[in-house]
Amino acid sequence: MDSQAKRVETISARLDAAGSSTDSVEDELELSAVRHRPEGLEQLEALTRFNRKELQILYRGFKNECPSGVVNEDTFKDIYSQFFPQGDASKYAHFLFNAFDTNKDGSVSFEDFVMGLSILLRGSVQEKLNWAFNLYDINKDGYITKEEMLDIMKAIYDMMGKCTYPLVKDDTPRQHVELFFQKMDKNKDGVVTIDEFIDCCQNDENIMRSMQLFENVI
Amino acid sequence: MATGVAAWLPFARAAAIGWMPVANLPMPIAPTEKNKRADELIILNVSGRRFETWRNTLDRYPDTLLGSSEKEFFYNEDTKEYFFDRDPDVFRAVLNFYRTGKLHYPRSECILAYDEELSFFGIIPEIIGDCCYEEYKDRRRENQERLMDDDEDKKDAKLPNMTFRETMWRAFENPHTSTMALVFYYVTGFFIAISVLTNVVETVPCGTTPNTKEVPCGERYTVAFFCMDTACVLIFTVEYLMRLFAAPSRYRFMRSVMSIIDVVAILPYYIGLVMTNNEDVSGAFVTLRVFRVFRIFKFSRHSQGLRILGYTLKSCASELGFLLFSLTMAIIIFATVMFYAEKGSTSSKFTSIPASFWYTIVTMTTLGYGDMVPKTIAGKIFGSICSLSGVLVIALPVPVIVSNFSRIYHQNQRADKRRAQKMQKARLARIRISKTGNSNAFLHSKRNGLFSDALELTSSTEEEQQLSKNQSLLESQHHHLLHCLEKTTNHKFADEQCYEQSYLEGALHSYPSRSPSFSSQEGMTGTCCTCCSKRNHGPFPNSSMPTCLLTNPPSHTHPHHNLQELSTIHIQPLNTSRSSLNMLVDEPARPNCQSGTITTAIISSPMPPATTPEVDAHLPPTGFALQNVVKVSAM
Repeated sequence: MDSQAKRVETISARLDAAGSSTDSVEDELELSAVRHRPEGLEQLEALTRFNRKELQILYRGFKNECPSGVVNEDTFKDIYSQFFPQGDASKYAHFLFNAFDTNKDGSVSFEDFVMGLSILLRGSVQEKLNWAFNLYDINKDGYITKEEMLDIMKAIYDMMGKCTYPLVKDDTPRQHVELFFQKMDKNKDGVVTIDEFIDCCQNDENIMRSMQLFENVI
Repeated sequence: MATGVAAWLPFARAAAIGWMPVANLPMPIAPTEKNKRADELIILNVSGRRFETWRNTLDRYPDTLLGSSEKEFFYNEDTKEYFFDRDPDVFRAVLNFYRTGKLHYPRSECILAYDEELSFFGIIPEIIGDCCYEEYKDRRRENQERLMDDDEDKKDAKLPNMTFRETMWRAFENPHTSTMALVFYYVTGFFIAISVLTNVVETVPCGTTPNTKEVPCGERYTVAFFCMDTACVLIFTVEYLMRLFAAPSRYRFMRSVMSIIDVVAILPYYIGLVMTNNEDVSGAFVTLRVFRVFRIFKFSRHSQGLRILGYTLKSCASELGFLLFSLTMAIIIFATVMFYAEKGSTSSKFTSIPASFWYTIVTMTTLGYGDMVPKTIAGKIFGSICSLSGVLVIALPVPVIVSNFSRIYHQNQRADKRRAQKMQKARLARIRISKTGNSNAFLHSKRNGLFSDALELTSSTEEEQQLSKNQSLLESQHHHLLHCLEKTTNHKFADEQCYEQSYLEGALHSYPSRSPSFSSQEGMTGTCCTCCSKRNHGPFPNSSMPTCLLTNPPSHTHPHHNLQELSTIHIQPLNTSRSSLNMLVDEPARPNCQSGTITTAIISSPMPPATTPEVDAHLPPTGFALQNVVKVSAM
């Protein structure tokens, strides 16, 4: 759907003028020259659970920050880091970016953005948990291993920065991961599958409640 | 929070769902938008030109006029718009700041008018984007210099109660201050001219007496010239003595160039007076008379141009010195070559290398007197090479001096730019302050936020509103996000001082030297460390509970005092805390606290002096429920 919808305009004149440039330079040029126009409002309304007005507001904000219409990973990290001034949000932003960039083309277009948001804000609990599982499963193989979880955990703790109370010790993330696996890994096989994950979360009152937290964000 | 990305806050909050399965604690309640309006367009009428924008756009910067409630003063009920009686052209730049987050300086605007508009709308000029900042600073500087020049002209107004000495000095320095000064100025100028003329005419051969050869006028009319000379020297001496008397700093005056010239100008006469009768030294005496020509330099007091020329030469000295050096090298090389080339020829004038210097100089400067010419072929070849290279080498001084002029000019600019760079550092510091202010804003509002939680218990809505009015919805949502992160990781944000304390305690009371991070905290206002917000979430399994040292937010001064003692200690039960709402009370009890019972005592920990700022000690609560605040205000 995305590939059909996407109309990429490369400024071929610029590329031609570049002549025999190396691949990386061409890629850079291409990325900077890429502009993206999203699908019409109607299609997006059908795809997501936002109404017209909400889509308008979202798009205006999106386009304001990224006039070219696509967000690449660096911009994404930049934007996300501004919300966490005390820590380093780049690692978590990287994972988030991969979670939003569903077609893995290195950039988040408005459709990706708005579909992700639709799941997160208007989706059912099942969908949200699915999304979270997808976030944690870095290599998308259907299992969350301890290493993957540790990466995610470290990324989250990085966002806190170093000025915390109490101090974040070196093995704090690891301990947290152990706690997580104790809770989630029912058959103790060292990995968490999607079913274990969803089951466990649905039985946990805290998690259920917190999933509803951001209903009224838009 | 960078308000430029305010539009992405919903996304950041949505992404927080990714933390939820990992968190072990319940999340805080999200702030609700109490009066949620659909985003509406507001019309800003600036002197007749209507600008329209979304209300949210203006709300991005709540500490400016347009972003705060201050704009309500300008609301026009009849036309339902905000009317500002200001310049619409500059307003464009102001409004674009809200839209794009970058403030630009329109080059066609007068700098003062622009500054006025910015201060009217409550925007600090330091946030002008890098693209326009240089221009802005340049214009600012130009303007200030112009004002300074005007001031200098006004400076010559006579101050009351000046002593006679000061009056005289002012008269000497600036002849336009009074008529007497002007007269004096012209008289001395006249006599300098006379004196120089006398020196010149003295040597002209006057008419001859029939029986003797031609004599210079000086010897013919000795008495007349002597009288003239005496008169001039008398005037100069009197002038010098008067200046010496009037100078505010005699020592400095005596060292100055002009006074040295004065002395050199009059000294030969006196020496001559002393030594007239001795024939042996009269030769030396004659040489001394050469120094009389220095009187012409006295004109530089009368001419600004001379002074500038002198200054230029002085500052070009190194370049000219290098030029001279390279010329000397070339001369020596060519003189040597010519000498050896002409050695063979008979009756050659090139008798030695120093003798060839004369030829080389004359040839290189393209003078070509012709008193020395090479006769051999080799000599002629090298001679022509010499004259060609001479043209090149002599052509160097002109651009050097020209470039020195421009260098001197640019040096002035650079000095100003250096001053501007200091301001650049100040500007960056200010921006950094506001950024850390933002992150501290979260810590700051946490205290107030929790306070408002407690108020909901005891609540009266006015107090709630009073507290929350300072925080825009955007801010409260952002803080809620950070709060969720804290709950997820089970750690709290702390400010740097708290971090230092806990770091030190972790290091078992080692005594580190005063950390440089304190100096980096210049920018931080003393917000209260939230590590005292020990609303206990769950037993920390392994960690000890060190005492947390807080900084009390004083009236926004920097807490860099090395106080060790705790002074007054207030224990506040929550029930009576209403009356002390105005004080910055620390966290109250949690919402599920039963009653406001007072908890335990205070611990004062002996902190190493190097790292103790103002100290508030706070005992970590021993239980879940008893969370009451113990607040220490250190004076």
